[in-house]
Amino acid sequence: MAQYLVKRVLLAIVTIWLVATLTFSLMHLVPGGPFLAEKSPSAATLQALEEKYGLDKPVIVQYKNYIVNLIQGDMGESIKQRGRTVSDLIFTGFKVSARVGGIAILVAVSIGIPLGCIAALNRGKWLDNVIVLISTCGVAVPGFVVGTVLMIIFSVKLNLLPTYGLSSWKHYIMPVMSLAFYPTAYISRLMRSSMLEVMGQDYMRTARSKGLPQWKMLFKHALRNAVLPVITYLGPLLAYTLTGSFVVEKIFTIPGLGNAFISSITGRDYTMIMGTTIFLASLVILMNLIVDIAYKVIDPRIKLK
Amino acid sequence: MSKVLLDMKNVRVSFFTPAGEVKAVNDISFQLKEGDVLGIVGESGSGKSVTAYSIMGLLATGGRVVGGTIDFNGHRINEMTEKELRKIRGNEVSIIFQDPMTSLNPVYTIGNQICEVIIQHTDKTRKEAMERAEELLSLVGINEPKKRLKQYPHELSGGMRQRVMIAIALACEPKLLIADEPTTALDVTIQAQILELMNDLKEKIGMSIIMITHDLGVVASMCQKIVVMYAGKIVEYGSVDDIFYNPQHEYTKGLLRSIPKLDDKEHKKLVPIEGSPVDMLNPPAGCPFAPRCESCMKICLREMPEYTAISDDHYSACWLLQKKEFEGGSGKNE
Repeated sequence: MAQYLVKRVLLAIVTIWLVATLTFSLMHLVPGGPFLAEKSPSAATLQALEEKYGLDKPVIVQYKNYIVNLIQGDMGESIKQRGRTVSDLIFTGFKVSARVGGIAILVAVSIGIPLGCIAALNRGKWLDNVIVLISTCGVAVPGFVVGTVLMIIFSVKLNLLPTYGLSSWKHYIMPVMSLAFYPTAYISRLMRSSMLEVMGQDYMRTARSKGLPQWKMLFKHALRNAVLPVITYLGPLLAYTLTGSFVVEKIFTIPGLGNAFISSITGRDYTMIMGTTIFLASLVILMNLIVDIAYKVIDPRIKLK
Repeated sequence: MSKVLLDMKNVRVSFFTPAGEVKAVNDISFQLKEGDVLGIVGESGSGKSVTAYSIMGLLATGGRVVGGTIDFNGHRINEMTEKELRKIRGNEVSIIFQDPMTSLNPVYTIGNQICEVIIQHTDKTRKEAMERAEELLSLVGINEPKKRLKQYPHELSGGMRQRVMIAIALACEPKLLIADEPTTALDVTIQAQILELMNDLKEKIGMSIIMITHDLGVVASMCQKIVVMYAGKIVEYGSVDDIFYNPQHEYTKGLLRSIPKLDDKEHKKLVPIEGSPVDMLNPPAGCPFAPRCESCMKICLREMPEYTAISDDHYSACWLLQKKEFEGGSGKNE
């Protein structure tokens, strides 16, 4: 196990280095720079600014400097937001996004899994058809449509919920719903099909031949086997949802990481782009590792190598 | 004369599929006495497993007992609710399945899966159940039972897993053990071991066994009575001697011709039964075996024959026998 973890951590470092290198190259290939605006500053000012952030040096030197700093845990200062370090900005944004995203995932899991099970247990009956219909719509409708429609209904027409900010629990309802809609639908579909598969397995017949009650067959024998595909999906989902959705954060004016990420790209905030990309990559890697370990815990047949 | 444990009377089981009603078991009757071993023989799709599952109320979705009565140990199985059936399953009647590789839940330990059935049907605590599970594992011939209890199914071989399945089945000392092709998925040496084990345990526990198989060798070594099924019907019933030395139905004869014998001359060819089983969605009006039967007569295609008794405990449904009886011949001297 320890050996496995060491291997995974080493692999993670290589992956992050590749991500950093790729992002760095792409970033510098894209035309424009952080100081270009409609009213360009004078040549002298521009030169001074570039010198300050080390942008006057050749790209390869910039790359070397960045990596050296990164290894020391220093992601530099934001070019656009003066005086704030990238780590500080990421941390502030992540706290907000992770709270909204975390609640959304909790909602998605706690609705999606039961819904999928119910559909599978009532296969072919009207309840199943209704759930399949809703979840098909759920995976087809994008989050920004859900967000906008919710806003029209609950804020504009009914005047019940606030449209922006995060200052009370009411503010969370619509962003969480828009974020959770797709994963809920997706999880219920995953759960339904894997539950159907598991229910046809021989060991379920064995369980029934033992005279076990229905709930024990479902919760003990079926669920643990059927939940594996959902766990797989949960890894990347956690990483992407916790870091915030740009669309949902834009609609509900949430100062989260998703928003910060996109504005750093449009503003060519080089250090911010690098910081957020590396952060997201690390989170995806970490979540996948957690998922793999969870797999091992749930299914003893899986060997971690 | 020992007590009748299981009495199947005119049982009919149908599966209702989108394509129509499939009469998987069509009007079968037989009895099983306490302590006896009954073999049900037939090819795939002949309804032998369905017959067995109906005894436990274990039919898959869409399947239903649509006629007749199943009396087991004082229970009228076909009139019991799911809740009442649960008290019997795994307790008074148990089953072991064909494929031990998939019959155990991969995510729970062997011990857990044996204990489960003990706790379900007795007042034993978890600790007592574990002790019993250990006892059962040594009973079915598994070495180091204490260690095995903590292992998962994938850590055991096929033969061992089938032994575990037998341990689960025997956990509550059932009156009847149904073995649904218990050795088909195992290699030959393991097959012999498992059969020997079952014979052994039958004596020790004093249970009856229904052995479902398409392997006549298995039947010969274990059973007292044999039911030969074809297309959902019993075509012949009799003792092992009756079936092997005095088969009456053309299908039984065909089955026997298709197995090799030790005293056969070298290079003697086996005779397969030509053709393939009937389509159960559209069964023929007459004898289901008629299209494949070498001695098929006109009437065979039109009407299903009644049973002809050859002796008290040996009967068969074939027009040839009826004809013989009509002509005054005796079915006993073929």
